Amino acid sequence: MSAEFSTFINIGERTNVTGSARFKRLILEGDYETALDVARQQVENGAQIIDINMDEAMLDSKQAMITFLNLIASEPDISRVPIMIDSSKWEIIEAGLKCVQGKAIVNSISLKEGEEIFLNQAKLIKRYGAATVVMAFDETGQADTQARKVEICQRSYKLLTEEVGFPPEDIIFDPNIFAVATGIEEHDNYAVDFIEATREIRKTCPYSHISGGLSNISFSFRGNNPVREAMHSVFLYHAIRAGMDMAIVNAGQLEVYDEIPAELRDAVEDVILNRRSDATERLLDIAPNYQGDGKAAAKEDLSWREQEVNKRLEHALVKGITDYIIEDTEEARQQAERPLHVIEGPLMDGMNVVGDLFGEGKMFLPQVVKSARVMKKAVAHLQPYIEEEKSDDAKSNGKILLATVKGDVHDIGKNIVGVVLQCNNFEVIDLGVMVPAATILQTAKDENVDMIGLSGLITPSLDEMVHVAKEMERQGFDIPLLIGGATTSKAHTAVKIEQNYHAPVAYVPNASRAVGVCQRLLNKASRDIYAQELAKEYDTVREQHARKKPRSKPVTLEQARENAFKPDFTTLPVKPASLGVTPVTADLATLRNYIDWTPFFLTWSLAGKYPRILEDEVVGEQAQSLFNDANAMLDKIIEENSLQAKGVIGLFPANRVNDDVEIYTDESRNQVQGVAHHLRQQTLKDKFANYCLADFVAEKSSGINDYVGAFAVTGGIGEDELADSYIQAGDDYNGIMVKAVADRLAEAFAEYLHEQVRKHYWGYAANESLSNEELIREKYQGIRPAPGYAACPEHTEKQLIWDLLSAEQHTGMKLTESYAMWPGASVSGWYFAHPDSKYFAVAKIQADQVEDYATRKGWTLEEAEKWLGPNLSD
Amino acid sequence: MSQRPISSAQASLTEAAQKRILILDGAMGTMIQRHKLEEEDYRGTQFADWHCDVKGNNDLLVLTQPDIIYQIHCDYFEAGADIIETNTFNATTIAMADYDMQAQSRDINLAAAKLARKAADEFTAKTPEKPRFVAGVLGPTNRTASISPDVNDPGKRNVTFDELVEAYSESTEALIEGGVDLIMLETIFDTLNAKAAAFAVESVFEKLGRFLPVMVSGTITDASGRTLSGQTAEAFYYSMRHINPFSFGLNCALGPDLLRQYVDEVANVSECFISAHPNAGLPNEFGEYDMEGPEMAEHIKEWAQSGLVNIVGGCCGSTPEHIRDIANAVKGIAPRQLPEFEPKMRLSGLEPFVH
Repeated sequence: MSAEFSTFINIGERTNVTGSARFKRLILEGDYETALDVARQQVENGAQIIDINMDEAMLDSKQAMITFLNLIASEPDISRVPIMIDSSKWEIIEAGLKCVQGKAIVNSISLKEGEEIFLNQAKLIKRYGAATVVMAFDETGQADTQARKVEICQRSYKLLTEEVGFPPEDIIFDPNIFAVATGIEEHDNYAVDFIEATREIRKTCPYSHISGGLSNISFSFRGNNPVREAMHSVFLYHAIRAGMDMAIVNAGQLEVYDEIPAELRDAVEDVILNRRSDATERLLDIAPNYQGDGKAAAKEDLSWREQEVNKRLEHALVKGITDYIIEDTEEARQQAERPLHVIEGPLMDGMNVVGDLFGEGKMFLPQVVKSARVMKKAVAHLQPYIEEEKSDDAKSNGKILLATVKGDVHDIGKNIVGVVLQCNNFEVIDLGVMVPAATILQTAKDENVDMIGLSGLITPSLDEMVHVAKEMERQGFDIPLLIGGATTSKAHTAVKIEQNYHAPVAYVPNASRAVGVCQRLLNKASRDIYAQELAKEYDTVREQHARKKPRSKPVTLEQARENAFKPDFTTLPVKPASLGVTPVTADLATLRNYIDWTPFFLTWSLAGKYPRILEDEVVGEQAQSLFNDANAMLDKIIEENSLQAKGVIGLFPANRVNDDVEIYTDESRNQVQGVAHHLRQQTLKDKFANYCLADFVAEKSSGINDYVGAFAVTGGIGEDELADSYIQAGDDYNGIMVKAVADRLAEAFAEYLHEQVRKHYWGYAANESLSNEELIREKYQGIRPAPGYAACPEHTEKQLIWDLLSAEQHTGMKLTESYAMWPGASVSGWYFAHPDSKYFAVAKIQADQVEDYATRKGWTLEEAEKWLGPNLSD
Repeated sequence: MSQRPISSAQASLTEAAQKRILILDGAMGTMIQRHKLEEEDYRGTQFADWHCDVKGNNDLLVLTQPDIIYQIHCDYFEAGADIIETNTFNATTIAMADYDMQAQSRDINLAAAKLARKAADEFTAKTPEKPRFVAGVLGPTNRTASISPDVNDPGKRNVTFDELVEAYSESTEALIEGGVDLIMLETIFDTLNAKAAAFAVESVFEKLGRFLPVMVSGTITDASGRTLSGQTAEAFYYSMRHINPFSFGLNCALGPDLLRQYVDEVANVSECFISAHPNAGLPNEFGEYDMEGPEMAEHIKEWAQSGLVNIVGGCCGSTPEHIRDIANAVKGIAPRQLPEFEPKMRLSGLEPFVH
């Protein structure tokens, strides 16, 4: 479309009972649900504002307006656009204005009933905070000629701006579009009158706008949509050039001016511009030739296939289209002198475009990963030819070694970083997960890498990273070290890692930062500047950290225990319906309904809450596409049964002994099967207790029979194999997707199972009925804290869960030496059922508790300090 | 009608705001909590026999414990505040219904305004070169005009625009009668409520023939960057721009670190002064705010240096110590310059639309 069109506003017309028979029927039948779909389609089809009109004699129009606007307010995909409140009755307009939080447009007011009413309405519109359409209508009637239209609009403009102080930019004139080609001679010049009046009004009433109801113009050709659409687009073509900048149109049904057949366009133009006296007859003559059902359905736009091959490669890379990549790469190879030139030339050019767009925030992570998939396919196609040539390696930007550190199995983030770096022509050596420091450093030497990137998700990995940094220093390394992963932070990097290694240590908060950081570190000159910047930044962070005094004072363990939480046990604990260990499974089709999607988007660096993120103006489109891909992956996984969810739960008689929970073999409570060790909050609490998870269990001395539960679930049996099969095929995108989806399934399984436990296995909340949303918001009784997280931060306690449940035997899930769970998509934890049990954070603990904990666990003080590291006061 | 009379307070406020960054006070609730008041303290003598519990009705304290509220106002002035807010966040008839005290709404607003007025006048007398101002606060109420209280009935509303206009009109009249210098719509999470408040305020101004400056301050609820009712910060500004606010800004919900980007967003689109009064960080798991004054001041200083703000202060968790640190941090830094924009139609749904 031409430039003029780009500043032209489409106002959706289908939500109008006077203009749409279907909408009228829906409203009369009270089918507001479907009526909302009509509004939604308008917005999806490109309406930038939607006009809503309920003027219908058979209807309580005011109530219909209120009901519909209130319903729209709950539909973010509709209410994201401004509303035009359309009625001939002021009472309905005012009711509508009281329902919209956005700045709306009133359609319309006029001088029809005199100045006083006009001014009073305008003043109220301003106070309600809306813009307004002003019809070219005065005390004597509706303006038909150019002169009358101009006169009324100018008079209205003067009154509004001078008497009411109405902002001129909020005035939209509707100089009345009337039907032409009616056979009545006086009507022949109506379009010209409108167009010329528009030109004059825009000139003499600064900042005001011109709008109109487009369909009126073609009223005499009802039943012949192709001719009507041609009339609309020809009329708009000329009116827009005269200054019309808005119109109420059916956005999905506008013919492109240039695409109207020449014969029809000429005939229509004669009518609109009133160029010959027999224009109407001539149009009537040819009209039947165009009778039909309008346009063919929209086809996939393949015009890019007609460009030259390098442009096609760029298009495929930017859009992430793999369909033609092999044939295009082959064509490029045949044209190139050497196969390597295809990579260094068009493919890298295309990836540079991707890199630039990503850098400018015009592409999002999932798109870049899709681009990488296209790139990989192209490179894979070229690889045999390159090897045949036995040429030197392609010169890469730099060589980067990535690894998830020893004891940790989480690699989604690391894999995304790897793909993004590869897209930017870095050579990536990915050592995978659970990689010991010695392997990382040996490989770095053997491969002569330019830098090392470490990743980890669980807290013990932080210590492992410190260890790697120390080893790098000891072994005389001089290359930069990158730190990333969910538990890492700038503060931890500054306080714990950086001072152990003299070369640059860069904390990389997310995948989108990785490229910039690596590029700066690779160039010698920028590396030094960057290193200085980093050092300064870390100094500041360290200072802030050192200055940070705790808001609350620490208390001794004894004081904390005195202030323990004392739940009410007057209602005795419910005895679980099935005591003991029960292996469980769930089918993935059920689990998908329990998925909390918000963290999934975060994995892909798209921030925002589901489902609202799908409508987000910046990332919404990407989020929707990612969401579709994830669901397609889920469909496929379920159909092919390629992932299994396995789990095991155990419900046991248990009682509290100080901060420990004794778990008994049976209801006789004579034999202790295991002891769960918990930590207590140790800062001064004013209104609250110093919580410890053990508090939620009845004390042994009380004689009350209480219970606790434990669980271990995974959604990822088969995830590594499935992800690898994609990665082998050059499809990192879906490789990462498998793990991201498996992660969500594991969390969903934990949520689902907790519900089953509450309702059935334990049965203390048999009548519970909550939606997924409520489940995500944890609106239920009881908690399921996971070792390694806030309420029970010490990871080795997972071993007890494993022993109690025989978890490995039942599910195949394993624990690493850092107590990370394998497969990565796993969740384990405790169940507490007391109604007052709640999540909390243990946070910083003091030396006396560390000592006490060491004694309870049978550890040396050093061991205790190692495992409690993140919770130690500095 | 286009030329409105300008009050002398407005003139001196505008003058002050052009010269330097103005300081707003900090949290009222946080300060009241320090007194650990009990039910009988809230009741005082006047409401000793009230038929339901009133503990937690902080606004009632302007009647039953006026000395405490007065002292808090003085503490904030002492710390360097130019503008203090009346203790009327929940004083509308709608919010007072929680304590069955709709009938006391007017008295509370009036007394609150007078208490704040007294404190301001005293401090202005002490340092006439630094005049002190009182902002009459209209809170969001505990109901929402554009969000359904029932997930199964999205068209349902628990309050109407007209009910809100009535309640806000009553509060506004009492606040003006009590002597406030300006009106502040604060912690707006549903724009339709705020539009009703604006409608009420404009109508009262017209009725009384007195036009006070109006401060508008909304709340971005989370990292989605939107109000609770779903608008982006820019869209929200376009919904409120018609009352020509004296200042527009954001408060509550987030600490200064997270709020910055949204302050930046509104500073880029607003023709009026920009205000910001963030929380002292995010609440920890016990609902306490951990960010200390120096850290908060550090953030706000950076906003000032980046030319984002004209009026700054604190919301939940902030204390006179925070305000003192903030006032010191922004001292001598030039306020944001008012930008001029081409006249365009600035509409909004949940998102902005400029034409």
